[in-house]
Amino acid sequence: MVAPVLEIEDLVCGYRGRAVTSAASFVVRPGEWLFLLGPNGTGKTTLFKTILRLLPPLAGRIRLDGENVAEWSARRFAARVGYVPQAQVTPFPFRVHDVVAMGRAAHLGPFATPGARDRTIAEQALRDLGILPLRDAAYTTLSGGERQLVLIARALAQQPVVLVMDEPTANLDFGNQIRLLAHVRRLVARGGIAVLMTSHDPNQALLYADRAAAVGRDGSLLVGKPTEIVTESYLHAVCGVDVRIADVVCPDGRLARLCLPMLRS
Amino acid sequence: MALLFGLLPALAGLLSLLIGRYPLTPATVLAVLGGHLLPFGHDAPATAEIVVVAIRLPRVAAALLVGAALSMAGTAYQGIFRNPLVSPDILGVAAGAGFGAALAILLATGPAGIQVSAFGGGLAAVSMTWLITRYCAGGTDTVLVLILAGVIVGTVFAALVALVKFVADPMNVLPAITFWLMGSLAAVGWPDLLAASVPIGVGAGTLVLLRWRLNLLAFGDEDARALGVDVGRLRLAVVVAATLMTAASVALSGVIGLVGLVVPHATRLLVGPDHRALLPAAAALGGTFLLIVDDAARSLVSAEIPLGILTSLVGAPFFLALLRRSYGGTA
Repeated sequence: MVAPVLEIEDLVCGYRGRAVTSAASFVVRPGEWLFLLGPNGTGKTTLFKTILRLLPPLAGRIRLDGENVAEWSARRFAARVGYVPQAQVTPFPFRVHDVVAMGRAAHLGPFATPGARDRTIAEQALRDLGILPLRDAAYTTLSGGERQLVLIARALAQQPVVLVMDEPTANLDFGNQIRLLAHVRRLVARGGIAVLMTSHDPNQALLYADRAAAVGRDGSLLVGKPTEIVTESYLHAVCGVDVRIADVVCPDGRLARLCLPMLRS
Repeated sequence: MALLFGLLPALAGLLSLLIGRYPLTPATVLAVLGGHLLPFGHDAPATAEIVVVAIRLPRVAAALLVGAALSMAGTAYQGIFRNPLVSPDILGVAAGAGFGAALAILLATGPAGIQVSAFGGGLAAVSMTWLITRYCAGGTDTVLVLILAGVIVGTVFAALVALVKFVADPMNVLPAITFWLMGSLAAVGWPDLLAASVPIGVGAGTLVLLRWRLNLLAFGDEDARALGVDVGRLRLAVVVAATLMTAASVALSGVIGLVGLVVPHATRLLVGPDHRALLPAAAALGGTFLLIVDDAARSLVSAEIPLGILTSLVGAPFFLALLRRSYGGTA
């Protein structure tokens, strides 16, 4: 088995010394897509911010390639971990290629500006996501789905080994959700990049995840295969919803599992 | 485009040397300037020499310098606060620097004291505005809180300025403070200009070095940090540089309103939000703008109109037009 690239060890997260989550431990390996599931208010975002080092951990460690990142500079960390926030807004109409080139910051000195090589990397990221035609558009004029793709391209321009995505499908229509997840799937399969992503949709985890981690009502964390995590009892206990899990035969003969909420009469 | 922005202030500068009560031909002006820059003499009259070199040139240079400094500082503030509506005026920096300078005039500290005191006042004001915003906003509507905090801080410093004026000697110190606060380049000479160009140069150099880093703050602090930016240090460096430039301008020319708000905003519409192009373009346009307004201030009527009054009167309708254009009002 490949050695994990990101290791979370007994990580306790919270604000101003007050714990929001109980100790969480899991690892992400190269070429693996890990879904973080859980309802609002269970500390999912807090855990995410702590992993991204935007919040100091109350206890525990984060390791990258086996090394504790506690003393790392923001720049060193960003050269390894790319972050895709939820569709961001800015008052300034930056061009798409300028936004994507911002991903190069961690690889440049404090007074440097992106050079020819950085622009090539940024263009490649746009090409990988099929949005090269948008390169000269103003970011502020894009749709939510396009913005999300631009932010993924920016994170790819960081050339990270771990990609952290915060509910990337939250503001997208159905078609764009599927297209975005197909892009991520290709990145994981091709580049050996590790993806850690939050989602509200258990069906996404069943369809795409290599493994899933679910936050419980008590702030505890359960990690395993998606089929072990997304169960009728978990969704009932945590989301308060009755669901049935069903297997559907796809045209190519594969079995796809999905969960279907039960309507109450 | 870059050439145009370079030529604009140079051309405006040359033309401005022709404006004034003593009539000068372009040939005389060029002869005098050439005689100073090149190792040949010139045969222009001695009066022309004095008018150009000792009277008009420092004033033209000061207008270009102050206009460029206020515009670059405004651009930098707008960048780090992610808000196209902030400026040295709105953040309270100008009021803080004005108080610092008024206090220094009251205590008769001399030109260097005015600069240091203006810088201290400006930095105190912008820090207060920023701290109030962080303390009160809690991550929600930062823009609104920032502007309201700036209004409050500006009001406090305006009150302190009034206090200084109240205790000042009404025969000579009070008029000095009052006229100086109105903003004027009339009394600027070469020594003042040189003294102001050092802090302005240091601030401008810092901002130019950080021009691309300023772009990285466009999507917010957490976003910039995730890109690998040390946000706290970057913001501190930019605030100190922009405040240094504002304070040096205020110490040189008094309070000149709206330039730091209007010029960056208008320049962004022309060249886009990328600070690599925006900072130099704003400097060129800001210098030219202030020079033209100053030409009007000294030549429209026989008595000189204080510059700060004119920039505010010209800048306000201009800003309202920009506001309408940016936010697409239809009524």
